[in-house]
Amino acid sequence: MSRPRSQAEYLARLVPPSVAGLHRRALLAGAAGAGALLGTGLLAGCGTDSGADAKTVSLGSNQSDPKPKDVIAKVMDGFKTSSGVEVAINTVDHNTFQENINNYLQGKPDDVFMWFAGYRMRFFAAKGLTGDVSDVWGKLSGYSDAFKKASTGDDGKQYFVPSSYYPWAVFYRKSVWQQHGYQVPQTLDELTTLAGQMKKDGLVPIAFADKDGWPAMGTFDILNLRINGYQFHVDLMAGKEAWTSDKVKTVFDTWAGLLPIHQPDALGRTWQEAAQSVQQKKSGMYLLGLFVAQQFGDDEQDDLDFFTFPEIDSTVGAKALDAPIDGYMMARKPKSPANARKLLEWVGSKDAADITVKNDPSTLVANTGADTSGYTALQRKAAELVGSATEIAQFLDRDTRPDFASTVIIPAFQQFIKDPKDIGGLLTSIENQKKSIFTS
Amino acid sequence: MRLLSRTDRVVLTLMVLVPLLLVVGLVWLPALATVLLSGTDWDGIGPLGEIDWVGWKNYDDVLNIYPPFVPAIQHNLLWLAALFVVATPFGMLLAVLLDKELRGGRFYQTALYLPVVLSLALIGFIWQLIYSRDQGLLNAVLGSNVDWYGDSNVNIWAVLVAAGWRHVGYIMLLYLAGLKGVDPSLREAAAVDGSSETSTFFRVVFPVMRPINIIVLVVTVIESLRAFDLVWVINKGRNGLELLSALVTSNVVGEASRIGFGSALATIMLVVSLVFITVYLATVMREGQR
Repeated sequence: MSRPRSQAEYLARLVPPSVAGLHRRALLAGAAGAGALLGTGLLAGCGTDSGADAKTVSLGSNQSDPKPKDVIAKVMDGFKTSSGVEVAINTVDHNTFQENINNYLQGKPDDVFMWFAGYRMRFFAAKGLTGDVSDVWGKLSGYSDAFKKASTGDDGKQYFVPSSYYPWAVFYRKSVWQQHGYQVPQTLDELTTLAGQMKKDGLVPIAFADKDGWPAMGTFDILNLRINGYQFHVDLMAGKEAWTSDKVKTVFDTWAGLLPIHQPDALGRTWQEAAQSVQQKKSGMYLLGLFVAQQFGDDEQDDLDFFTFPEIDSTVGAKALDAPIDGYMMARKPKSPANARKLLEWVGSKDAADITVKNDPSTLVANTGADTSGYTALQRKAAELVGSATEIAQFLDRDTRPDFASTVIIPAFQQFIKDPKDIGGLLTSIENQKKSIFTS
Repeated sequence: MRLLSRTDRVVLTLMVLVPLLLVVGLVWLPALATVLLSGTDWDGIGPLGEIDWVGWKNYDDVLNIYPPFVPAIQHNLLWLAALFVVATPFGMLLAVLLDKELRGGRFYQTALYLPVVLSLALIGFIWQLIYSRDQGLLNAVLGSNVDWYGDSNVNIWAVLVAAGWRHVGYIMLLYLAGLKGVDPSLREAAAVDGSSETSTFFRVVFPVMRPINIIVLVVTVIESLRAFDLVWVINKGRNGLELLSALVTSNVVGEASRIGFGSALATIMLVVSLVFITVYLATVMREGQR
């Protein structure tokens, strides 16, 4: 589940593809299942058929917003200049792209397409739906081990080339903190003490919103990473650990203890509204991705700062975090394999990263060799934070099966936020559904 | 006996065959496929030959370990009751009032029908502006702090208001069209016989409007069974806004691709719809025989 990057995109995604594209009554008629059958290859029609020409390569892009779309076009222009190969960019609305990925990959996908690291990437690789790009990695430089690990499939080969990422952290306004003399908390106790002080000062300590279902995943992720560590996160997401275990129960107990310092009535609020409460100096801080900066005016960007979520267990530390990585993958049978590899090598190169830095101030580039002198102070700090991380998680809905994340976890977390008392019953319900989903 | 010419027969055959193929291909086959898929654990990936048969497992899961299912059934029934008891009669009342040729009647008509015409995205946005907890119109005017969309005890009623808002306009227009078609001499005759306005409506006009009444009833039932768009734009049918159609969609469409499980939900929905359709058809056919 991607984050809307702008108001326009947020509005656009209010209309589900099922309504925008299909006739509503088709659902009532029970055509849904068969619709999926007939729909196979729906997106594939968008692909270009000119692949036989050795001088072109096709790219499936999900960057449908004007700004990122423009950046992609510039990066691809750079590829044309350096290699002489023309890139046919096939842009599909971000949300539609994601919703149709199954059909897309089984139809006639573009030679190279955009996706993100995580469970889903490894799942497609294991199913043989995407191409092995280990040889491309042999030619890439400037990537940390964490990024290489995030690009590796279950069989130890690489299937993904990272391009950009953003960290999740606790954001706040410097001016507000200076006014009240707050200090960045280093431990959970300090955080709760700080929150108590903020309440006295008339602020909502931690802004919170979960109307769309995914923001609470960030809170769960960071608590789980701080309490049980990265490996447990990975195993839990892969369905190997039980949700009824004491470890998960501790996470929920801790979370329940923190809910009183979160903004109340989160289930009716969008992340934009929560972010605006920080922007309007009504809330003290907000745990969210770097994209929170979009809700701040240009003149307020310098006032925005963040810290990584404080340590809870000193044996676990506070060095792991969620930092979803976006990047590129290759189709299983690209029409021009040589050009597809060349393109992947280019998008993973320092030169391509430089073009992105120059044109897009809202992301961090994955290649450490890139010239990042164009970064804002916030970007630079974010890059340092991720660079110093021992482990990088991809965010709950990217680290586990999408069916589990969307049909089980979202309702369960919302239930928890609504009624944090019955943790035992909730976890049993999650575990029962998990068993059914992960064994199918 | 050659009542029909060759051309007639060809035309007749085509007229039967084409709709038949459309109905079979677009309604019956997909419905059948849904029922079949509901017995599998297909995730939308891989050839059809690899689909595993799991029997009743999906139904078992729906009934026993899927928390949103029971609320969804309840909300669908609540939806039906609210439209039937409040929105539909209100729409009919407005139609009767507008039929009186009030000054500015056109304006009211347009204003009331507007919600039906507006696009989904816009409707979601309009109600977000009204219901938003922190920035919404309603809380600002009332000075209250109600979490209209997030509080699962409140949000279904908030959405029913929005749904009624659309439904009233729809029913109003349908009914108004029907009222315009009623022979004025019937009313004049009733008036001459000394019937009051109210009794003229209930004893003369309403019975004459029987075909329209049935259409309105069917539209109400269909609207509440297929209710989907509003809850979907609000929060994808979660947290107090569960509806069968939204559950089917969130499981089948999109990345989740729990096609087997979602098909089981769709099949349950089909069965529920069939109950209403059967009742309706039985009534209509009995009428026809009379």
